[in-house]
Amino acid sequence: MFKARNYEFFRDKAAFGWNFLFPFLIIAGFGIIFGGGGYSGFKVGVFPAGTESLSRADLKLPLKFADTEHLEFIGFPTLEQGLERLKHHKIDFLVRQGSPTGQYWVLESSPRGYIVERLYQAGLIPEGTFVGEKIAVEGDSIRYIDWLFPGILAMNMMFSALWGVGYIIVRYRKNGVLKRLKATPLTAFEYMTAQALSRIFLLLFTLAIVWAGSDLLFSFRVAGSYLDLFVVFFLGAMSLTSIGLLLAARGTSEEFASGALNFIAWPMMFLSEVWFSLEGAPDWVKTLSQFLPLTHLLQAARKIMNDGATLVDVSGQCLAMLATALACLVLGAVLFSWNE
Amino acid sequence: MDPILEVRDLVKRYKTVNAVNGISFSIPRGICFGLLGPNGAGKTTALEVIEDIIPPTSGEVLYDGAPKSPSFREEVGIQFQHTSLLHFMTVRETLVTFQKLYHKTESIDFLIDICRLRDIQGQMNNKISGGQAQRMLLALALVNKPKLLFLDEPSTGLDPQARRYLWDIILEIREKGKTIVLTTHSMDEAEYLCDDIAIMDHGRIIARGSPAELIRAHCSGGTISLPRANVRMNPAGLPFPYREVNGWLHITVDRVNTGIEKLLAMHVDLNDMKVHSPNLEDVFLRLTGRSLRE
Repeated sequence: MFKARNYEFFRDKAAFGWNFLFPFLIIAGFGIIFGGGGYSGFKVGVFPAGTESLSRADLKLPLKFADTEHLEFIGFPTLEQGLERLKHHKIDFLVRQGSPTGQYWVLESSPRGYIVERLYQAGLIPEGTFVGEKIAVEGDSIRYIDWLFPGILAMNMMFSALWGVGYIIVRYRKNGVLKRLKATPLTAFEYMTAQALSRIFLLLFTLAIVWAGSDLLFSFRVAGSYLDLFVVFFLGAMSLTSIGLLLAARGTSEEFASGALNFIAWPMMFLSEVWFSLEGAPDWVKTLSQFLPLTHLLQAARKIMNDGATLVDVSGQCLAMLATALACLVLGAVLFSWNE
Repeated sequence: MDPILEVRDLVKRYKTVNAVNGISFSIPRGICFGLLGPNGAGKTTALEVIEDIIPPTSGEVLYDGAPKSPSFREEVGIQFQHTSLLHFMTVRETLVTFQKLYHKTESIDFLIDICRLRDIQGQMNNKISGGQAQRMLLALALVNKPKLLFLDEPSTGLDPQARRYLWDIILEIREKGKTIVLTTHSMDEAEYLCDDIAIMDHGRIIARGSPAELIRAHCSGGTISLPRANVRMNPAGLPFPYREVNGWLHITVDRVNTGIEKLLAMHVDLNDMKVHSPNLEDVFLRLTGRSLRE
């Protein structure tokens, strides 16, 4: 059964390609957006200006403001054109260059506008005024892509585990494959174990290929041990696959299975810090996220990759993933039906 | 010799339907036993209960003289009416995959030869014709050297040539000493393959015996069919039972010779006459008043 499922994965060329291409495209896309020079934090409209593209040296704006990093200046010929863009949140701030009074426009409801406004006001403070004591932090900084990378890998792992096991088993039950297997001496536990092992192998295989390809492009930093990282991803794959098995324990409706899988997958993706941190989120959201194995996988992986943590440091997360896997496997085996 | 399979008062009830309604029979070793009946008669349900695929509501199934044990699945081969298989595998790989699920197995080359799969063994299992697929499913059912083989409507959907090809394989398997239980709604199939037949209708067995015994017991004689226009008199005056269907009179006689003599004596025109020996279809018709294909 293990071998048969692997045949299916490797011979289904469309699904096989997509399993590798999807995470790679997301990582590459974010790498280009956040890693290249084309991205700026805030967009500042400037008028009157003859061209859209402006050189900082030619700006008739307070020097400190014009030199601020992470600001992109976009020229407009008239106030009306600039205001139209501002109202539609296409720019964060609008300023009249050469204005003796430093005239500017900002949307009261825009948090980004508020930040640029404060930057602009700081730019108006004369040179030499006390602005605080700066202490630069030395050492390797963690790029956003380094933080995001494990999230994308884990998210891909989650979708592949849930759909590759959950959806497929329901489909097999619906079209009678499981009924045919029931007529053999194969037990439900043996079948589920074969499915789980095959999926875990395929998840880790995919992970290794995507990792190697992405690392060639972005040189990800791994402060901790690769072996520890492997163990964490193995446990993550096991726990996510077990959830897929539990969801597929019964039922013959692919539509229902798809809905149930989405119901699990989407909250898990947003509450497990794949894309953004939950710092500052309400406590109940943080508590809820602790019940999701993806949260523990990501916390452990990021600690190992970014902070050089060891398995001992992430033992809590490992235990949580192991407990999820065992609970779901046992429950799934008890509830499993070949044809209902 | 003890029967290989014994079914006692088997009942399978769904919410509002009694699919199997208290059937009992036993099957001697080494024969081909047929459950014959129209669609919806309860044949497949009965077979799946016997195969242990679905649980019975009540009743008992004895295999080798005892209730079924876990070894039952090791010793029987099953071919379902509709089966999907694991995708992206060749015919040979599919056989090997199923072979690995059993302890005692047949050699793959033997199965490929007996089921005439040599030419298609490298093809994907979902890219073969209906007849080839049925032969592959039969090979899967034989993969564990079963003593007892269940075939659920094995030739449904096949063209006449593919059917005959499959029947010859089934006969060859029977000659190797295996017991075969098959369901069918085809009287041709039942007459060609089965040594012993139970006719099912509405979840019950309504007749049992060999094809010849059933015909002899329920439909002796024959049927003489004539265009209605050939009989100038009122057919009610004929000394035989008859049915009138689509402009033809179907006259049932105990002996064909005597029947023809009497019809000639009554000046009935025998041009375009057809004489029909009774078959299982007639048995079913006689027992239920309707055709197997209705």
